[in-house]
Amino acid sequence: MKRRSIVKYAAVAAAMSLGLTACSGGGGGSDEAKQSGTVRVTLANHVWTDGIKAAIPEFEKSTGLKVELTQLGEDQLSDQYNVKLNAGSDEIDVMMYRPLQEGKAFAKNGYLADLTKNVSSDSNWDWKDYQEGPVKATTVDGKVVGVPIITEREVLYYRKDLLQAAGLQVPKTMDELEAAAKAIKASSPDTAGFVARTGKSAAVTQFSSFLYSFGGDFVDSSGKASVNTDAAKKAYSFYGGLIKNYGPANVSTDMSWPEAMAIFTQGGAAFYTEADSLYKNATDPAKSKVADKVGFAALPAGPAGSKPYNIPSWALGVNQNSSNQENAWKFIQWATSKERTLEAQKAGVPGPRASVWANPDGTSTYPKDLADAISASAKTGVGHDRPEVVTVGKAREIVGGPIVATITGADPAAAANDAQTAFQSFLDSEKK
Amino acid sequence: MSVMNPPRSARTRRAGGPAGAGGSFSAWANRHRKWLFAAPAMIFVGVLIIFPLAWTVYLSLTDSQGSVRAATEFVGLKNYLTVLGDMERFWPAVGRTLAFTGVALAFEVMLGMGVALLLWRPFRGEKWVRVAILLPLVATPVAVGMMWRLIFDPNIGFVNQLLGMVGIPPQPWLSGQDTALGTTIFMDVWQWTPMVVLILLAGLTSLSDEPDEAARVDGANAFQRFFYITLPLMMPTVIVAILLRGIDALKTFDILYATKGKGGGSFHEVETLNVYAYGLSFDYNQYGLSSAVLILFFMIIIGSMWLLTMRKKAVSK
Repeated sequence: MKRRSIVKYAAVAAAMSLGLTACSGGGGGSDEAKQSGTVRVTLANHVWTDGIKAAIPEFEKSTGLKVELTQLGEDQLSDQYNVKLNAGSDEIDVMMYRPLQEGKAFAKNGYLADLTKNVSSDSNWDWKDYQEGPVKATTVDGKVVGVPIITEREVLYYRKDLLQAAGLQVPKTMDELEAAAKAIKASSPDTAGFVARTGKSAAVTQFSSFLYSFGGDFVDSSGKASVNTDAAKKAYSFYGGLIKNYGPANVSTDMSWPEAMAIFTQGGAAFYTEADSLYKNATDPAKSKVADKVGFAALPAGPAGSKPYNIPSWALGVNQNSSNQENAWKFIQWATSKERTLEAQKAGVPGPRASVWANPDGTSTYPKDLADAISASAKTGVGHDRPEVVTVGKAREIVGGPIVATITGADPAAAANDAQTAFQSFLDSEKK
Repeated sequence: MSVMNPPRSARTRRAGGPAGAGGSFSAWANRHRKWLFAAPAMIFVGVLIIFPLAWTVYLSLTDSQGSVRAATEFVGLKNYLTVLGDMERFWPAVGRTLAFTGVALAFEVMLGMGVALLLWRPFRGEKWVRVAILLPLVATPVAVGMMWRLIFDPNIGFVNQLLGMVGIPPQPWLSGQDTALGTTIFMDVWQWTPMVVLILLAGLTSLSDEPDEAARVDGANAFQRFFYITLPLMMPTVIVAILLRGIDALKTFDILYATKGKGGGSFHEVETLNVYAYGLSFDYNQYGLSSAVLILFFMIIIGSMWLLTMRKKAVSK
């Protein structure tokens, strides 16, 4: 068994990249794990994970099971799944994954076990308590393949002190946002009026809310690419333009949230649009120089209103090849219980359970303006923040092209037309 | 090979020794010892090099995507034709790979030779200087990437602040479309010149002093002695250094990925073949296409190695 799995890893890893042979010796077989009552859990680095990690002894005590935890960064986690699940490994039982990034591909490849029966088995645990959007994202072809754990919406982060000094109101519309960003950049050239993600792929999710608020989407109702509609062109031009005209000097076109967040928390920008689930980075004095000066608001309204995304960013699933699925489900059931979800939410991780949001305790630790922004966004939110396709990575690079093109001064309309052609042929190739 | 074959007399004596249950095994083992001793290495090479390579060749001839265990269709050379006709990602990546390797290697060999010549003759504190020079070599490439990324940050980086002091406007460095590749080459040179120094220094210390002294007596200056005596004698070592460092530079991945991430940046500005193949397999899950890129890449590496080895043979003669 061991020899065979080593050979399999070697083959897959080498097949995927000759230069990158990532070879794992692997642990014991799954039958062993079942007997000894071990659950092997793979999680991403996240505030949610920190909370779960601290509570695991509680789970081990009450169930008598042992938890073997592997914790990885987002990209490393993806690579790990690509190699191990590709090889049909049974060495992962519970896996934390991104429903909108990998969900479709994983389900299509048969990596995720069908949890439909499990979720309806326990009325106390209560699957009906889950918000509709997140449930939709973890349901593929009518089968539940994951339980959402973290949800997020795009909100506006702003600097209260800078707005006050400039005599500005919190912007309610996109036009007001642009005017305010302009005013701040003009009054103090060292401070950017606006900052957000700029990396071609990384920016797509944060751009999506702008796209929806301008009345567009990546794909229209008939399933055709729609990234060069008037609305889309305006959205590209607006988002890219904000960064180009009022963004930081020498802005990099590789920024994901850590870089953009760093500029904001170092006091380098007045406005920043980002996922609400990252708010602790801005309000924690240990991480942010402007911790006590940060305000939150719902995404400003565009021509089509304020339409931020409202999505489950992470979920827990069970490896289809695991022979330890029963214990895996026990872990998920515990980790996503009402109590644990409330705990996580109090620690700053917005959850997917309606009852927890309805509970005053659930938002007690949130800044008041953030809680308001979240509840407003949950009402008007759109259930996806990137194209809903199998090869999301490639789709993001295509639809993200016009964002960076605009930031670097190219014509947004021309870039959107190019992206449209490429995106349509990509969609056609996925249908085959 | 001669070590493997003891004198005939010894061989016959052992093979004809007492036979029993254990004896027959040892006799068998003895008869096949050539294979037996080589077996671990051969199994290792077979399982970890030949099999994956053959598998990659196989994958490159199929339309494998999504999951490598999914049903695939044999598509012949279609992937190769797709890749070779790809002017948007593949050929620019080939260009960047060659530019990265060529420029980095040129600087590394020239600087390496310079430093090696300086360290050649004994001097006080020699040990300390050598240790200091070797430091970049032992640093983890990913850590090196992160470090330079901070140093070269356009807004808060040390380099731009330093430039600001002497009145030079801030440069985009890693985040610039035109400057990113150059900056990563600089990082590679910084990290790997010490290795070239090490190899060349080993070559220099093994040179005999006599030709140099003879030239000195004949009145040759330092410049002439280097170009007409030292360098020609050093040529085989220089080629070894180029060979070792060149293969490594062609395959560079860590430093590029650590500084620019997937796809080599928003404009693929540092996307070399390795980074491209990584993106194809881990991000796009197009294993067939990715394998074709890797096989072509493999052939480029083998080709350049072959050229250099030919050159080395010519020089050695």
